Amino acid sequence: MPDAAGCWGPEPGADAVVKAAWDALAGVMDPEIPVLSIVDLGIVRAVSADAEGHLSVALTPTYSGCPATGVIVLEAETALARARLDARVSVVIAPPWTTDWISDTGREKLAEVGIVPPPHSGKRALTAPDEVIACPRCGSQDTRQISRFGSTACKALHACNSCLEPFDVFKCH
Amino acid sequence: MSTDLLKEALFATALRLGDTSLVLGHRLSEWCGHAPELEEDIALTNVALDLVGHARMLLTYAGELEGKGRDEDCLAYRRDVFDYRNHLLVEQPNRDFGHTIVRQFLHDAWAVELYERLCASKDETLAGIAAKAVKEVRYHVRHSGDWLVRLGDGTDVSHAKVADALGRLWPYTGEMFERDEAEQALVAAGIVPDPAELKAAWTARVEAVLEEATLDRPADGWMQKGGRRGEHSEHLGYLLAEMQFLPRAYPDATW
Repeated sequence: MPDAAGCWGPEPGADAVVKAAWDALAGVMDPEIPVLSIVDLGIVRAVSADAEGHLSVALTPTYSGCPATGVIVLEAETALARARLDARVSVVIAPPWTTDWISDTGREKLAEVGIVPPPHSGKRALTAPDEVIACPRCGSQDTRQISRFGSTACKALHACNSCLEPFDVFKCH
Repeated sequence: MSTDLLKEALFATALRLGDTSLVLGHRLSEWCGHAPELEEDIALTNVALDLVGHARMLLTYAGELEGKGRDEDCLAYRRDVFDYRNHLLVEQPNRDFGHTIVRQFLHDAWAVELYERLCASKDETLAGIAAKAVKEVRYHVRHSGDWLVRLGDGTDVSHAKVADALGRLWPYTGEMFERDEAEQALVAAGIVPDPAELKAAWTARVEAVLEEATLDRPADGWMQKGGRRGEHSEHLGYLLAEMQFLPRAYPDATW
């Protein structure tokens, strides 16, 4: 989970190589939502180093079929190599990713580009009917869902009944 | 039952689940560019992607259990019809949109009840895959269920089409609750759920949606079986011929 400040990163007192790896990974952007880094998205699950300084990095996919996972692994490996870090990147599926792991910074970045960030799952049941979603452009609460399946697996497509603009909503997952 | 036999039964289970997801994922991908509206085109292919994702995890795990060095691609691309273990339901052709939705709903209602239970499996890997998949199949069942209500309780034409599809596809639903002796051992070991309980949950879910959709539940008559043992309808061969074209034409091709 992100820390109290809503951020992801190394544990306090972590090795310098672990910190350097988190820094390098923070520069890797999600290929489908390039305003979000993979750290903001909450898919960097763990970074650890052994006694010789060899790093292990565990990433988790957002959705099972997300076609970006392969690209993300490749870009993470490239970023770590550029930082001259000796790291092995693996993909883990358990525990499953949730939108609660998107950092507060990530949520702000999503809102800035007009994508409604997901509500925290604790605030409503996952299968509950959709709550009122405000239009990210004009702020109107008079909006409707066009489709639960949007331009990427993680988003739904909505439209505003006031300004008529369609917009993306990051699904609570 | 010995550990080896349990492992073999688990391999067969992972393969059946993986093949079922893969074949249905491929069937849905055939709608890409052909759905009745753009949003639905995107939705069906989103669901297809999820299913192919589940298949990847399940087939990778099957390959590990088997221990003969077969990975997900080897299992997906280098087996012919008789080695596939998917349910007959999912290999049935798309026909019209209503038929696709009925097939999808009958499957989704099973998948969501199955994965909910598999989250508590004593097998850690299967439980992990289920925990990942269940979040996605919840969207799927809501989507196909919503459409079934809209079409069933829609116009005379849409009602007639989904009623016809329901009658056509119902005989393929019995296979989802079949269990052989090896699987009974997995049930006893707490690795997979009890088929009778699964069937009761599936039936309740399906009946509730059918009622809302003003559709009559078909009677349980003769049930088509065999997919789980490699005996398939004529449709699977054509599907595999398309899906496996590239690795068949260019063996060992890599990106």
